[in-house]
Amino acid sequence: MDDSLRELYQDVILDHSRHPRHFGPLEGATNTAEGHNPLCGDRVKSNLIVDANDRIADITFEGKGCAISQASASMMTDMVVGRSVAEAEKLMGGFLHLVKGEEATDLAGDDREQLDVMAGVSAFPMRVKCATLAWHTMKSALEGGDGAAKSE
Amino acid sequence: MTAIPKTIKAGFDPNAARADFEIFAKPVYGKPLVYLDSAASAQKPRQVLDAMRDFASSEYANVHRGVHYLSAASTDRYEAARRTVQKFLNAKHEDEIVFTKGGTEAINLVSYSYLALRIQPGDEIVLSVMEHHSNIVPWHFLRERQGAVLRWVDVRNDGSLDIEALDAAIGPKTKLVAITHMSNVLGTVTPLKEIVARAHAKGVPVLADGAQGAVHESVDVQALDIDFYTITGHKLYGPTGIGALYGKRKHLKAMRPFNGGGEMIREVTRENVTYADPPARFEAGTPPIIESVGLAAAIDYMNSFDRASVHAHEQDLLTYAREAVREFNWLRVIGDAPGKGAILSFETDGMHAHDVATILDREGVAVRAGHHCAQPLMERFGVASTSRASFAMYNTRADVDALIAALAKARKILS
Repeated sequence: MDDSLRELYQDVILDHSRHPRHFGPLEGATNTAEGHNPLCGDRVKSNLIVDANDRIADITFEGKGCAISQASASMMTDMVVGRSVAEAEKLMGGFLHLVKGEEATDLAGDDREQLDVMAGVSAFPMRVKCATLAWHTMKSALEGGDGAAKSE
Repeated sequence: MTAIPKTIKAGFDPNAARADFEIFAKPVYGKPLVYLDSAASAQKPRQVLDAMRDFASSEYANVHRGVHYLSAASTDRYEAARRTVQKFLNAKHEDEIVFTKGGTEAINLVSYSYLALRIQPGDEIVLSVMEHHSNIVPWHFLRERQGAVLRWVDVRNDGSLDIEALDAAIGPKTKLVAITHMSNVLGTVTPLKEIVARAHAKGVPVLADGAQGAVHESVDVQALDIDFYTITGHKLYGPTGIGALYGKRKHLKAMRPFNGGGEMIREVTRENVTYADPPARFEAGTPPIIESVGLAAAIDYMNSFDRASVHAHEQDLLTYAREAVREFNWLRVIGDAPGKGAILSFETDGMHAHDVATILDREGVAVRAGHHCAQPLMERFGVASTSRASFAMYNTRADVDALIAALAKARKILS
């Protein structure tokens, strides 16, 4: 099989897409936003509870999408829970570099290791938006959530 | 059927036609190109590319302006292209053909220049749920700006149009029926003659979006008695940047200009402006001249084959593919209307269309994945997106075999 395909659809990604973590509505959400990928019509909703210390106490996502977008959303929610908003945004910056095939110097240690499974997306430029949709939606929610999030 | 020269023999050899399309010589990811996305845009035969190059390098200048040799030659070719389109659609008069930049612009022209003048708040526009966004949004404009009401006609579960439902939707307030000739998702071919007859019985004009229909069906606008029919060049094996609106002469004469500029005027003074007659009234600015020559070459190319045989070939591919996908119990075809054109849209259990299309792509198989600019139809069938394989004259059964093999592989990877 094509190596780049194996890289893209590795088991970790397929597992996340079939059994997404933190999937569903979130009671008591303080921040929500909807993201929309106009290319495929996919929608994702991001719900967060941000506490008084600007910490992400909980996060979920809803919606349907391709394996890449679901896996990306699932991994994201796993990774940002418990982090401060600033940390989550920094992580997002690193992730964007990673999936666009750019130098992701701002990703280190465990973060780098966990997100590395998404690096294969960079070989599929048409699919980068699928991977980034959930992250942009989360950012939009953190910024107040008015209006739909972009996917780039 | 448009008249076919007697010298054309029945029968069609797709491999001979395929040799005219140079793009198939270039592999994709090291694999032979299996191009199943012609409903989005068709590939171009060398005859079209050569015609454009030859014209641009020997007869080109601006049209309808200069008195010099090249301007006259260029104008002749541009107007000859108009007559080619006229014959292709069997329009009665050549001034019933307006060149546009594509099918979308042609429909917007009717919306702005014709229907907008006739819409009062509460007036209705009847359209089907299987319209492409290009035959929806121009009517939404009239809803937003002038209070028009869009009346949607559903399709049956097999994707066929319910003519009685359409008839019932046409009421005393209906000002236009806007309907596709052939759905870009379902492949459904609509009974235009019957639709026009029903609408005209109630005094309502009809516009047909022929972006797909003109490629796969023969069109005779006089026999249909249709009011407006739109085509786009790039799906007809021709260039991008050109399309055409057919409009009955009486309608075009009653229409206001769309773009203002050169070419479309009779006289301009400091105080006033008067407009040229159709079609020039709607062709402001320098038109797509080279593209018009390409479009005419594309139509000539299509007419160099027995179109009934081409149609039979495409139908064979559709039937062959339809039968082949039955072995996949995880695949659901959307659109099985009797007499449908060569488009196969499908949904795949547990596999998103974009993931399927990505894996197919790496096998050299190009399909479209997404909502196909037909979101109301996606909603109707309860799907966010589908994969779509669309067939053209240059496809073969080997292409279908490659599609099936690639689908099996996608299943293996994703499940």
